Amino acid sequence: MKKKLLALLLLTGLLSAALTGCGGGSEEQASGDGQTADGSAGARAQTNEIVVGIAQDLDESLDPHLAVAAGTKEVMFNVFEGLVKPTPDGDLIPAVADHYEISEDQTTYTFTLREGVTFHNGDPVEMQDVVYSIERCADDSEGTPLIPALSAISSINSDAATLTITLDQPDSEFLSYLTLAILPEDYPDQATAPVGTGPFRFVSRTAQDSIVLERFDDYWGTPAQLDKVTFRIIENADSLVMSLQSGAIDMFAHLTTTQASQLGDDFQILEGTMNLVQALYLNNTAEPFNNEKVRQALCCAVDKQQIIDLAFDGYGSPIGSSMYPAFQKYFVEDLTDYYSYDPERARELLAEAGYPDGFSMTITVPSNYQPHIDTATVLVEQLRAVGITAEIQLVDWGAWVSDVYTNRQFQSTVIGVDASNMTARALLERFTSTADDNFINYQNADYDALFQQAQATADDAEQTELYKQMERNLTEHAANVYIQDLADLVALRSGLDGYQFYPIYVMDLSTVHYTA
Amino acid sequence: MKYAARRIVMLLVTMVIVSLLAFAAFDLISGSPAEIMLGTQATPERVAELEAQLGLDRPFPVRYAAWLAGFFTGDLGTSYSYSQPVWELVAPKVGVTLCLSLLSFALIAVVSIPLGLWASRRSGGPLDAAGTVIDQFLMAVPPFFTGILLSWVFSITLHWFVHGQFPDLAAEPAGALQYLFFAAVAIAIPRIAMTVRMLRSTIQGEMRKDYVRTAISRGNDRAGVLRHHVLRNALVPVVTFLAQTMAEIVAAGVVVEQVFAIPGLGRLLVASISNRDYPVVQAIVVILAFWVVLAGAAADIANQRIDPRLRLGGAS
Repeated sequence: MKKKLLALLLLTGLLSAALTGCGGGSEEQASGDGQTADGSAGARAQTNEIVVGIAQDLDESLDPHLAVAAGTKEVMFNVFEGLVKPTPDGDLIPAVADHYEISEDQTTYTFTLREGVTFHNGDPVEMQDVVYSIERCADDSEGTPLIPALSAISSINSDAATLTITLDQPDSEFLSYLTLAILPEDYPDQATAPVGTGPFRFVSRTAQDSIVLERFDDYWGTPAQLDKVTFRIIENADSLVMSLQSGAIDMFAHLTTTQASQLGDDFQILEGTMNLVQALYLNNTAEPFNNEKVRQALCCAVDKQQIIDLAFDGYGSPIGSSMYPAFQKYFVEDLTDYYSYDPERARELLAEAGYPDGFSMTITVPSNYQPHIDTATVLVEQLRAVGITAEIQLVDWGAWVSDVYTNRQFQSTVIGVDASNMTARALLERFTSTADDNFINYQNADYDALFQQAQATADDAEQTELYKQMERNLTEHAANVYIQDLADLVALRSGLDGYQFYPIYVMDLSTVHYTA
Repeated sequence: MKYAARRIVMLLVTMVIVSLLAFAAFDLISGSPAEIMLGTQATPERVAELEAQLGLDRPFPVRYAAWLAGFFTGDLGTSYSYSQPVWELVAPKVGVTLCLSLLSFALIAVVSIPLGLWASRRSGGPLDAAGTVIDQFLMAVPPFFTGILLSWVFSITLHWFVHGQFPDLAAEPAGALQYLFFAAVAIAIPRIAMTVRMLRSTIQGEMRKDYVRTAISRGNDRAGVLRHHVLRNALVPVVTFLAQTMAEIVAAGVVVEQVFAIPGLGRLLVASISNRDYPVVQAIVVILAFWVVLAGAAADIANQRIDPRLRLGGAS
């Protein structure tokens, strides 16, 4: 027994020696080759690849028709294309289609297929794949189609090269829905090993670790400049900054201002917009927000600029309705200052509404979105100044989707709402009385009527004007307390260039390249 | 043999209870996997349809029985989030988390036992007082903070490892272990402090006992008594304590994996909980429970080696 004890102690000593030796060895290694100083960033430049950090895993179906998370669509934008695709300027250009014609009454869309487009698995894109993809998104046999707007299609006719889509009624925005991904028919593994036609092809996904894409060499258009892109999942904010500094990752989008300021000269910080409508969303049927005066009082009590200055170091664009500035065509600038910051007026409105001494309210915020938590924190102080006691309730994302978004059991919430495609409808339709996603329970007959008119008209100018009236309606009735479109700060390692911002939530890596 | 059989039955019972508790916990918290999978596209009809598809519309006992049956036949099910077999997702991460836990455990044992012995000799005096303060301080440092600090010093400043670039465990074991070493230090520091304090007080308590006085009065020197008699008695509670530490190592590992961006079970567990990806959560919870219970069994066996009295107690 004595010997065994001795052996145990010896083993202990040996282990500690081995571990110290391990540490010492690595020191030599670091001084031996200069590579370690920048991680393997230098080596990656040689092989023309980059590592991009992302805060959330793509932990859902990778089938682009079924994926719902903004973070998934953002990354998979590089893999899929539709008949048309968006540009950084907000236009739509032909992709899988070579060109298209729209009839004057805007009910007939004729597409000519581009020749020589192949899927990542090597199969050519045939008309049957295109028809399959569109019909899959338009299928209403199980209730609402995947893309509700496609229910306007009355018929699809095709031969080998041309596709004709006829609509029940004119829809000047219809083209933007045809950015829907073209997928091969009869391919069973789309959810886990997706195949598309984009500039990058999907290689692998390792849960809570990484997603790997490689350049698709048979791409029909301008090929991607990088050979390989690895998306590494780093959910911890401190770890993220250190991973940039250690050289483990080369790029990260959606930095906070604090994170951006921690990075040194090794990085350039690009500033764009997130293309989100961030607001204090109010449940319009919950006490006391069923009273319009109360909602207006809140609008007067909130100083947007102060939120942007305090919580975002001045980065961000104030907004006044459910539209963000990048949508130039639809953005109504004067709505931003419709309610100027005026605590006195807020108190008066509260008194008129029957709350002279204010009230208590709860702001439900998803705990995984720090910008929204920071915004809510400033909101609490601003509301306190007019006598309203607001309390922040942090919930995890799952509970938020369930309680707030689906079951609408909430009083108020801070969140950013994005547009699923480049149409005003994508942002405004949700506030019509019967919309499935009208999570604030906004009920306004005028608003519903304006939406009907906007859908019925074939005249683009008239439709734009109607959408602007809808925005004004939301502002005047203080549907929500609109705050800002968040700034999107992107860190890019020096020596890389070519990143472009889009007016929708995507991360296009096909133009990113090494400068040397 | 009878003893081993009883141990195995205990292990199985513990794992079944743990899995039942995890299963039940999900039934209580809000948020259904279907709602999360559909996200902002969730409508009551779609949620109901997906729930039926996933079998979530069945009552709780039926669902649990189905899971248990699958588990005992080696079928852990399919992840809701990844549409992949659970085992495929979990298997590559088991090794990483196992290495991290073992490394942390080794560090704790290797550092704290000699340090505890050393500390027990010097009671009183300024050095001992300083040691107690430092010990108290290290006990209170949370691993995520130590993790950030260690990364800052050893990765950003000294470049001993590349933070955020975990080498593949199978392809580059040396590099991966080196990376894990720093994470293990972050986990180990507070536990080392606790073990040292524990060992110090146990040895000091033991040294005051009658048998020690007898041994010394028979002409043995103090160091000899410590080695031959006291240490063995003092080790029993320490080994038990170290086994309990395994549970804490596993818990701290969940946090430290995130701080060091290590692709282990902990991160997958956290993500799966917030996605309500039950099949993955169940599998990981059972694996971690197995691991902790195994550590307890190992401690019992070790203690029986150290102290024959426990061996008799175990067999009766």
